[in-house]
Amino acid sequence: MTTQIRDEGLYDYALREPRLPEPENRDNDRLDIPIDTRLEMYETQQLLRQFEKRAYDLFMQNLVKGTSHLSLGQEAIATGFARAQRDGDYTFATYRGHAHTLARGADPGAVLAELLGRENGILKGKGGSMHLTSVEHGMMGSYAIIGAQLTIANGAAWSAQMRGSGQVAVCFFGDGTTNIGAFHEALNMAAIWRLPVVFVCENNLWMEYTPIDLITAVPNPAADRAAAYGLESIIVDGNDADAVYETAARVIDRARRGDGPSLVEAHTYREQGHSRADPAKYRPPSEVEAWKARDPIPMYHERLLRLGVPEGDLSAIQQDVARRVDEATEFAKSGAHPGEEHLMTDVWADGGSAWRN
Amino acid sequence: MAELTYRNAVAHGIAQEMRRDPNLVMLGEDIAGAGGVFKTTVGLLDEFGPERVRDTPISEQAILGAAMGAAMTGIPVIAEIMFSDFIAVCFDLLANEIAKSRYMTAGQVSIPIVVRTANGGGSRFGAQHSQSVENWVMMIPGLKVVAPSTPLDVVGLMAASVRDPDPVVFLEHKSLMADKQDVPDGEIVDELGVARVVREGSDCTIAALALMVPRALEAAARLEDQGISAEVIDVRTLVPLDTQAILGSVTKTSRLFTVEENPRLCGWGAEIASIVSDEVFWDLDGPVVRITTPHIPLPAAEALEDMAIPSVDLVTETITKRMG
Ligand SMILES: Cc1ncc(C[n+]2csc(CCOP(=O)(O)OP(=O)(O)O)c2C)c(N)n1
Repeated sequence: MTTQIRDEGLYDYALREPRLPEPENRDNDRLDIPIDTRLEMYETQQLLRQFEKRAYDLFMQNLVKGTSHLSLGQEAIATGFARAQRDGDYTFATYRGHAHTLARGADPGAVLAELLGRENGILKGKGGSMHLTSVEHGMMGSYAIIGAQLTIANGAAWSAQMRGSGQVAVCFFGDGTTNIGAFHEALNMAAIWRLPVVFVCENNLWMEYTPIDLITAVPNPAADRAAAYGLESIIVDGNDADAVYETAARVIDRARRGDGPSLVEAHTYREQGHSRADPAKYRPPSEVEAWKARDPIPMYHERLLRLGVPEGDLSAIQQDVARRVDEATEFAKSGAHPGEEHLMTDVWADGGSAWRN
Repeated sequence: MAELTYRNAVAHGIAQEMRRDPNLVMLGEDIAGAGGVFKTTVGLLDEFGPERVRDTPISEQAILGAAMGAAMTGIPVIAEIMFSDFIAVCFDLLANEIAKSRYMTAGQVSIPIVVRTANGGGSRFGAQHSQSVENWVMMIPGLKVVAPSTPLDVVGLMAASVRDPDPVVFLEHKSLMADKQDVPDGEIVDELGVARVVREGSDCTIAALALMVPRALEAAARLEDQGISAEVIDVRTLVPLDTQAILGSVTKTSRLFTVEENPRLCGWGAEIASIVSDEVFWDLDGPVVRITTPHIPLPAAEALEDMAIPSVDLVTETITKRMG
């Protein structure tokens, strides 16, 4: 199961047995979710998809520099959770955080401008793709050192608990993150303090370039560890926005009631490489194909048709999103490159960066 | 007026601030029920209760993460890392997250926290419980660094650190814990970024920090007997650095010695030496000399540790020789 022979320019892991998705659960058509909520989630998923495809095109035109990590194929998770959150709830994400930032309502133009390193970016170009933050939308940051954000999400949840505000923190991370110490420290602390926090593992089967099962002691990297912290083991189909939403609503409600944290493992697949530089040739082609056939967005489209939504309504949503993404692109491209006046600001609360007199 | 030990001054300073700001909370290992392994937080649990004074698991990353998350959502936090050596365990939180989030988010995020930690040698604890790590934190843009040398400064600089809206690393020196001083009644609030001339002199300047301040003072007294008038500056805060106080003194005395407990390479004195040679080079009558712990891990044995950390003898002899 571990090592394979190199062959035909494929990396070893590409010769492994593919890890195939579970079939879609059509019973989820009947989940008790209002059609308006579903249409909103359709729109959000369209936005995340079309936005990131545009971001990808802009890399190809060399307008986006540096690195960038896309969530193509994983959109249902950010969507379902964001829809189940309330205004004021907190979100913590990773370097793969475009989707989570947009799903909480940040302006796509400002996010795209950030990817382009422009002054009209949501962080004025100072953070970039890996650190998207929009405090006004409860999006408390994207963190690029594996594991840190789980501990920080605890702090936001602790603060909400102390203030009695009823806010809940939702914290996203990948399967690979379950193997770093901070994950375990955070889970334990959340459990002992019954913090209103929900940890969401987006298990896309691959760490970076290594299959998660090769480097993890248990088959389900998050769910199988839940018991160690006295938590329920929860696995959800991460490619079904309704399934995600239903689970999200349940665990967020539990946190809001004061019944403590939850750990959710959402099964999904990264349809592209880990980051911009990664052609992702190391995966079994049949695995990629099988998961693409379970892409969350066409599946959701079909569901809405089955539920009686006219095709025309869905294509109107798609076109509206396309227009917004075009506008966002124009906004981003029109931004100036940040000037020198931004370089030395915002190190300290006084706005400056002086370390001596 | 009450006589306080350095150790009691820590709790005194924290209590002053917790009374003033009902939102202020603290967390750390063994800080509540046990009153801290150095007994620096005795009495705080009784006065402020377990919601505001929290014992944590041995989870340094979770401690600093919780502090950061709470601070960025409106609750200022004092976090304790038991020994400063353990900062290495949670350096990601300190160096990558807490220090950088304001800049990376173009000012969207504020992190008003104080990370208190027991720093420095002299306790015969060996290489993993004795380090002077001020340079570990000083080198990170976005962190302020404070290292008081007296009980009064502990109280006043604690207040200044808590009230500062930026993250502050507050280094409490293990070998100063029993030092005593009269501390006035009433609220005491000092200022970050202000060094103090603790002894005036005209022939040379000695810049020292924390435990090295009393040693520098004693060395200055001995140097006086030899006819050398040394001015001693307690640097007090490394970031922000009171460069003007040091430059002003060096302009007057024309010689500078730094006394640093950290191992040699990249100690705080190197930065000061660089600033001085860059900005007042023509006022100097001789080289800037750094007196530091050698570049070694600290040994445990009393005899060896005492050889390693700059002593009054070493400071006196070095200055006598280099002034000669
Ligand atoms: C502490 C740390 N180690 C390594 C890395 C480099 N790195 C960036 S992303 C990544 C893979 C993370 O995998 P996973 O948690 O599954 O998230 P995914 O990228 O699949 O969303 C690694 C190893 C890092 N950023 N931080």
